[in-house]
This record gives sequence, structure tokens and C-alpha cells, in this order.
Amino acid sequence: MMATAMGFYKQAALTLAIWLPIVCGMVILGVGRRWPRSVRPLAAIGSATTFIATIPLWILFHASRSAMQFRETVAWIPAFHVNYALGVDGISLPLVLLTSLIGMIVVIAGWRVIKDRVPEYFAAFLIMEGLMIGVFCALDALLFYVFWEAMLIPMFLIIGIWGGPNRVYATIKFFLYTFLGSVLMLVALLYLYFQAGESFNILSYYHLHLGETAQILIFLAFLIAFAVKIPMWPVHTWLPDAHVEAPTGGSVVLAALMLKMGAYGFLRFSLPIVPLASHVLAGLMITLSLIAVVYIGLVALVQEDMKKLIAYSSIAHMGFVTLGIFLFNRFAMDGAIVQMISHGFVSAALFLCVGVLYDRVHSREISAYGGVVNRMPVFAAFMMLFAMANSGLPGTSGFVGEFLVILGAFKVNIWYAFLAATTLVSGAAYTLWMYKRVIFGPVTRPAVAALSDISMRETSFLLVLGMAVLVLGIWPFPLLHMMNATVHHLLWRPGVRLMAGAP
Amino acid sequence: MPSSTALYLAIPLACLLGSLITGLLGSKLGNKWSHRIPILGVGVAFALSAGFALPRVLKGLWLNTTLYTWGHIAHVPLVIGFLIDPLTVTMMVVVTFVSLMVHIYTIGYMKGDPGYRRFFSYISLFTFAMLMLVMANNFLQLFFGWEAVGLVSYLLIGFWYTRESAIFANLKAFLVNRVGDFGFVLGIAAIFSVFHSLDYATVFAHAHDLGAQVFSIAGGVSWRAITVICILLFIGAMGKSAQMPLHVWLPDSMEGPTPISALIHAATMVTAGIFMVARMSPLFELSPVARSVILVVGGSTAFFMALLALVQTDIKRVIAYSTLSQLGYMTVALGASAYAAAIFHLVTHAFFKALLFLAAGSVIIALHHEQDMRKMGGLRRYMPVTFVTTWIGALALAGIPPFAGFFSKDAIIDAVSRSTLPGADYAFATVLAGVFLTAFYTFRMVFMVFYGEPRMDAHARHHLHESPWVVTVPLALLAIPSVLAGMVLIRPLLFGSFFHGAIFVLPVDNALARMATHFHGVMAFIGASFASPPLYLALSGMATAWYMYIYRPAIPSLLVKRLHGVYEILCHKYGFDELYIDGFAAGARALGRFLWKIGDIELIDGVMVNGTARMIGRLARLGRRLQSGYIYHYAFAVILGLFVLMTFFLHHI
Repeated sequence: MMATAMGFYKQAALTLAIWLPIVCGMVILGVGRRWPRSVRPLAAIGSATTFIATIPLWILFHASRSAMQFRETVAWIPAFHVNYALGVDGISLPLVLLTSLIGMIVVIAGWRVIKDRVPEYFAAFLIMEGLMIGVFCALDALLFYVFWEAMLIPMFLIIGIWGGPNRVYATIKFFLYTFLGSVLMLVALLYLYFQAGESFNILSYYHLHLGETAQILIFLAFLIAFAVKIPMWPVHTWLPDAHVEAPTGGSVVLAALMLKMGAYGFLRFSLPIVPLASHVLAGLMITLSLIAVVYIGLVALVQEDMKKLIAYSSIAHMGFVTLGIFLFNRFAMDGAIVQMISHGFVSAALFLCVGVLYDRVHSREISAYGGVVNRMPVFAAFMMLFAMANSGLPGTSGFVGEFLVILGAFKVNIWYAFLAATTLVSGAAYTLWMYKRVIFGPVTRPAVAALSDISMRETSFLLVLGMAVLVLGIWPFPLLHMMNATVHHLLWRPGVRLMAGAP
Repeated sequence: MPSSTALYLAIPLACLLGSLITGLLGSKLGNKWSHRIPILGVGVAFALSAGFALPRVLKGLWLNTTLYTWGHIAHVPLVIGFLIDPLTVTMMVVVTFVSLMVHIYTIGYMKGDPGYRRFFSYISLFTFAMLMLVMANNFLQLFFGWEAVGLVSYLLIGFWYTRESAIFANLKAFLVNRVGDFGFVLGIAAIFSVFHSLDYATVFAHAHDLGAQVFSIAGGVSWRAITVICILLFIGAMGKSAQMPLHVWLPDSMEGPTPISALIHAATMVTAGIFMVARMSPLFELSPVARSVILVVGGSTAFFMALLALVQTDIKRVIAYSTLSQLGYMTVALGASAYAAAIFHLVTHAFFKALLFLAAGSVIIALHHEQDMRKMGGLRRYMPVTFVTTWIGALALAGIPPFAGFFSKDAIIDAVSRSTLPGADYAFATVLAGVFLTAFYTFRMVFMVFYGEPRMDAHARHHLHESPWVVTVPLALLAIPSVLAGMVLIRPLLFGSFFHGAIFVLPVDNALARMATHFHGVMAFIGASFASPPLYLALSGMATAWYMYIYRPAIPSLLVKRLHGVYEILCHKYGFDELYIDGFAAGARALGRFLWKIGDIELIDGVMVNGTARMIGRLARLGRRLQSGYIYHYAFAVILGLFVLMTFFLHHI
């Protein structure tokens, strides 16, 4: 009995994780108008069951294997050899778990705050959650592309409908940036489709023998799509605008999950499919990453809007991810992936913190605050934890990724490590300076004087993220273990071995 | 886990537990239990350190063990573990003892403060972090502790978070430390790239073979790996142990409550850099270049910071600059390969400097949080215990035999005089001059605070009384080692075999071993000091202070007028703050604003993004004009097209 249940789960686990929230979102859309009181409980149940449904993935996952697990393949459009093919490895599984966790948190975060078009709001988030899990699980290029494009639509609506005053500009900028990028990706995927003998199977692309020019062109086509998503300098300017206008939940998903799509794309497509081009263009990627760390670190320092500041900080932190990926070194690669997960926790938490303040004061300006700790000591303690994690303090998750990437970078080139390590100073400077101006000091503004400390609901999600940040910082072993074989395989694949001397 | 490891583990965990209980449940426990629990935790830690760890290590039972695997990457384990050897155990005893004293003292000092419970939670957390730092057996955990103590220091400097000066000081402290950590992290990365391990034992075992590698820096320039590593690590030490030019945060850290000035910013955390270099002696011994740098940096700090102490009027700042100067002494000792002497001075300094800070705190609370020495005076009649213990601390700091500081300082000066490295002569001159300055500023403080006529207002004087027992008992307990520690510890720590195996010194550099041949007991050591300059310099410093602040009190203001230029420079602290705040910090902000406004907004958004959008818009307008909807427009276009096509075909046929 137990064995059959487990067997059945293994057969359908990923489908469950993808479609459970989507179906739930559809149901909310269907019944939400007629029974408005059922919307929030339905959303909570949907996101919670999705989260629970993904936990066995972690338990049943064989970390020692680099092959895809929990695979499902069903013919979808047989005429074009399109399959509904799913599977996860040690890189995508952590991202799936992160998505289902964050999915639950955004539902709690929007619980009371959203008063307008409630069913649509929760439905959009649930559907988006399912689509994002789909992106991380898809093993068929067309399926991937469908998920990849489809997830933009709910996000587009979330910013466009529940966003701030300048939301139209932000939405269009966001949509055009990301859409233009992905069109080129489609061209690359079609080229690969024909090269692989009319197959959309992503894994079959790993064995293609492509010439250098073809590889470089494919890499560049992918690069534009992925670089926009991460975002890498200089295609990053949509992110601060999108964050500023997005509602809190939108910012959380954007920062914690959507930015990871680009980095995931590099790991799933660029590195294994066009290893030669990845090596040839690694210098470019490293340069762009280091610019992101240094340049964006300085820009973050002078932001007056808390959300903009955290958005810029996100770009700088994602610079560590791309840096780690393109150093072709085991430590840096592990660091990059840990950084992805950690940034998911930390940026989500920081945006939620800003949301907590925004809901009370209705301002994101740093100068509108000051002395918040006097009124909200519990909140201040949580935000201190996340600020420190954002500064990369050891013992928090923020440290692990940065540290491993710096270790890896030093092996490759001293100056890479030198420039990357400037984040120790700049990251602390922009984060803690903001913290000082918002949280510390005497209460001088009436709006701050009227603040009340966080509610049980707000405590619950900050506590979950706080625990995650601490556990990952103190004991990253489970995560590192989960991706061990996959990363090893990724770096040691014959093509990837071209340049990397040491693992 | 063997029971001994469990007991070692209990030492930091007792502190952590005390901190967590008070921090999370403090409001339910009430103030009484909020100090009892952390004190119990630290008490247990001290008892185990002194009663369990120390005897074991003395018996030769060292420990190097893994607690848990933090992460496993490509067959390289990164672990959390303990290395318990004489060096560790020395630090453990000192840290837990001073911490215990400060915990008790805090009951009196922080009485009635709204942050009472928070304070206990923080200082227990600090003790935990510091213990993890000194007990580490690998660089990863070292860095954990290193940053964790920095975090608690940040929280405690900004303890009174409504004060602008406090929250400025804590940000400054954190950022300046981060500049040091920048070097430290790179140092750790350099170690990892050479040794493929972060484990102390592995790294030290291969230091000699692998350290000879070279790093190519740029354009054909390459440096020895070991030198790069040592200098980078030392930059970390410069941040934490406040060596010039990263010293600027320590004086401002006095914004925090006095007990933490004693615990964190005098006795323990700031000595982490010294401890770290001593721990890394197998590496630093291989790099004379790095040790030359250390000598120069340490010597400069010892001398120039002592000069600044001369013009301070805030009692805590005098002691703060004194701490900087004394850390300079320890650093010089490291540079002279006299690691044991540095640790010896670290130990004695921890006792007498904590004593001086706590005594200053006792004065400050008696005067209702007045810290300006110009408003003190004549306190010896009102506060006898504070007065006597301050004298003991002052004599120890000034290096008068047989007080503790005398032995450690004399050993450092002697060791430096035997060093042959470039920079050693400079360092020797600075530490020698520093002896006079130390005695002078110390007794200037003693005389201004406790002698002469009371200068506080009548109301404050009326309320003057000795502090309660929770304050005076720690003073008395710290006064004992301030007297005895030097006499008792000099033989084992400096000339005995206590540190054998824990600290590594090349025979060529081993100044202490050569000094040991001349060591014939404590009395002889004291006797010998009468034949060398430091003692006379110290005595003349005292005498000068007496002359200027008791016998002829008009002289200081006369000197200020006469040496106006020098005085101004000293009052501006050589302009470091201006350079950092108006130069680096403002420069970074200006650069950030430039990149944002010009790079992001003008170029990327303005030209690339919106420019593209505008261009598409223009094209669209053009296209729109073509589709006007008037039949005759379209008819005209058709005819025009026909005409063009016909011309084209006719020409090609």
C-alpha cells in the first residue's frame, strides 16, 4: 500500500506540483466572485498543499545521482515530437522547493493587504507559482518555453493591476525587456530542434556536436534572454522600476524566484549545450558580473527608496551567481547555486519587511522613517537579521554563497576575487546605512510614532524565512549535498572540461 | 561524541543558551532572572575553562576535533570544530573571566536602563561568539566568530539607538571592520587556493612547502604566496585590533555602555587580531616581509595613538586611545616574532584595562553619566575602592614593577630590540617613547579625576558616593590579576614550555628563547629593569603628569597655547576621520550617484531603452501616416508603385 502510494507519487510528483496551484487558481477564479469569503482559505490550502506535495521530492531524491529524477514523459504534440517531459536534478530541485515555500509565503503576505479584486490576485499568484515550478521541471524545450512565457502574464497583471502609480510604464518596460529577450531564445531553440533531428528533448541537446560559430550564436541568443531575467548589467534597469511599482507579493516573487530563471537557464541550457561558447565567452560574463557587483553596489548606496535599494542590491547579489557559474570551478559553482537559494530567502524577506512598513505608513522613502525600533522592536530584530544576511554575515545564508564564490574566484584570478570581495564593504554599507536611517534613531515623525509592531501573521512569514536564513547559514550541508552529483556532472562533462583545470 | 568534547562544547553553548533565554523570554522572566541566567551561563563557561580545560591542557591533553560538517564540496570538507591547545585555553580563561566580571558589574551599571535584558542577551552572545572564535580549528569557523563578535560589537555600540552619535559610531565600526574583513576573506581565499584546505593543522603542516608558491599579481609581477597570505590576514587583524589606519572606529565605539567598552573594546574582541596572528605563527614566521609591515604598523599605532590620549578630556576616550596604543605594543611583539609576549601582554592588558574601564564606569555612574574629566576632580575622598583599584590599574598600565603590565611590556621592548627585521629599529623607538607617554596620560587621568579640587557642580557633589558592591567586587577581583598576573605568568608563558607546539617560532627569530637564558626569576627580572631605560621613562612620565596636573596645574593650558599647531593636529586626530568621511565615504556616494544618474538613467534608460522605444514610435508614426484611410492616397500609391515597377522591368529587359 505504502509502496504503491510512493510509486504513484514518484510518477506524478512534478505534475502535481505544477498543476495543483494552477488548478487551485482556476477554481478561485471560478468561484471567487460568487463566494468571496472562500478565496483566501482556498488560496491558503492550495499553496500549502503544493508546498507539502513538494517536500517528499526532497526526501525521495537520490543526491548521489546526477541523472534527472521523478521523470514523466507524455506525448503532447506528436506531429512535432513535442513531449510533456518533466524531471528534476540537484540544481532544479532546490529551486522547486524554494518556489513552493515562497508561494505559500506570498499568500500569507497578501492575506489582509489586498482588498481589491481579491480572487484575481490570489489566482494570479497560484497560477504563476505552478508555471514557475513548470519552468524548473520542464525537460522539453517547447514546454519550457511555454511555461517561461506564460509565467510573465500573471506577473504582468500583478504589477499592472495591483501596482503603484507608475505601474504602466514599469509593466511595459518589464514586459518588453523580457519578451524581446525570449524571442531570440525561441530562435535558438528552433535551431537546436532541427539540429537534434526534430527533437525538443533538452537532454538530447547535451550530446550535439555544434561548431564554434553556431555555439557562440546560440549562446548569445540565450544570453539575451537570461541576462534580462537575472538581470545582468546593462539590461537591469527594468528591475528597480518593476519592484517599485509591484505590490509586495509581486516584488517577493520577482526577486526570490523570477530572477533565478535566468541563472537556471545558464545552467540548464548554455553550459551543457554550448560548452565551448560558454568558455570562450566566460571572460565577458565574468566582466559583466563583476560590473554588477561593483557598479550596482555603488548605485545601491545612494538610493532613497527602500524598494529600489533592495532591487539594486538584488542585482549585485545576482552578479555573484553569474560570476560563480562562469568561473567553471566547483566551489564557485556551488556558491552560485547556494547564493540563488539564499537570495530567494533574503530578498523575499527584505521586500516583505518593506511591505510591512509600507502597509502602515504608505511610503517607501527612507526619509519618511527613522526610529522604527522604538515602536516595532520585534520587527526591528527580524529586519536586523535579514539586513545582516544581505550583508553576507557568516551564520546567515547570505554568507555561504558569497564566500564560496570568492574562494573559487581566487583560484582563477586574484583580481576577480578582489573585485568580488568589495561586496563585503559595499553590501554592508548600503544595507546597514538604510537600516540605520529607517530603524535606529529617535522617533521624529508622527507616522512612525503611530506604528504598531508586527502581527502574528507577519511574524509567521518572517519567522519562517528567518529560520531558513539561519539554518542555511549554519548548516548548508543538506543543500550542498543535494546538488553535489549534479554540479559535479555539469562541470566534468567532456565539453565543459575544456578549460577547467581543477573541479 | 566523547564526554570531553561535550564538556568543551558546553563552554560556548552555556553562553549561547543564556543569551537566547534572556533574549527571547526576557520579558517573561523579569529583570532578576534575566541577569541570573546569563551570569550562570558565563559562570559555567568560566568554571569549565579554568577547572576543566586548563588542567587538561596542562597535562598535555590537547584536542583537535570536528563537531559537524558544515559543507562538503568536491571532497573538501568544510567543518566546524575545536582546537584546544594552550593558546586557546589561555584565551578561554581570560575571556570567560573578564566576561563574568563584566556580567556582574552590569547589574549595577545598567540598573534601570530600559534595555537591561537586551544588554545581558548581547554580552552573553558576544561571549559565545568570542569563544567560538578562539576555539576554532579552521579558518571558516574563525571567520564565523570573527564576524559574529563584530556583529555584537555593532549592536552594543548602537545600544542606545536613539542617540545619533551612537548609531553613527556603530555603522562606522562595522564598515571599518568590513574593510579589514575584505583583506581577511581574501587571505582565507588565498590560503584555500594554495593549500586546498581551511583546516589549521593541514595548512600549517604544508606551510613550508606550499607557501613558497607565487601569485602573479599583474604584468609579470609576482609575489610569494605566503607573503600575500600573511599581509591579507594581517589587514583583517588591523580592522579588528584597530591598527592604523583602520583604528578610527575604536574611539567612537565608546558610545556604547561602559561595560562593553571594557569587555569588547578593551579586553577581548579587539585582541582577536592579535590572537589570530599568534595562532597563524607558522605562516607569519615564513614571511619576514609581512612581519616588517606588522612592526611598522604596530609601532606607529603604539606611538601616535598614545599621543592622542594626551589631549583627550573624556575619561573613556583616554582609555580607548590607551587601548589602541597597547594593541600597537602587542602588534609590535608579533612582528618581532615574540608571539608569546604578545599573548602575555594581551592577558595582562585584558585584566588591567578591563579594570580601568570598569573603574571609569564606576566614576561615570557616580557622576550621573558625566564623562568629562574637567568636571571631575577630588573623587578619592568619595570613592575609595574605585580610587585604589584605579591606581592599581594605572600602575599596571604604566608598566611599574611589580604590576602585571610591567612584565609584559618590558618583555616586548626587549624582544623588539633583538629583532633584526627592517622596521624593527623604528618600532623599538616608538615603543620606547610610548612608555613615557603611557605613564603620562595614565596619571594625567588619575590626577584629573581623583585629585585636586572637585570641579563638578554642587548638586552632583552632594550625591557622590561609592558604587554598590556589584560594581566594586568585580573591580577588586580584576585588581588581583592586575597585580599578580605578570609575576605568576611570566615564567610559564614567556620562558617556559607552555606554548610549545601551539606557537611556532623559527630558531633564528626566537628572541624570547635568547631572553630566557638571561631570566633568573621574577625578582631578578625586576632588578634588571632598574638598569634599563623603560622603567625610568615610565617614572618620568608619572612625574611629569604630577608636575603638570597637581603641582603646577597652569602648565597644560600654557602648553596648548605655545604648541597650538601640534595641539590642533592632535585634536583632529591627524585628520583620519575627515579623510574617510569626506573623502572615501562621500566619494563613494558621489560615484554611486554619478553611475546611477548618468549610467543607469541617462545612458541605459535614456539612450538605449527609451531611445529604442522612441525610434520604434517614430517608425510607427511613419507607418501610421501611410495608412491614412483615404482612397486617393492609396490610389496614388498604387499608381506610383506601378510606375516604379514598370521602369524597373523596362530597364532590365
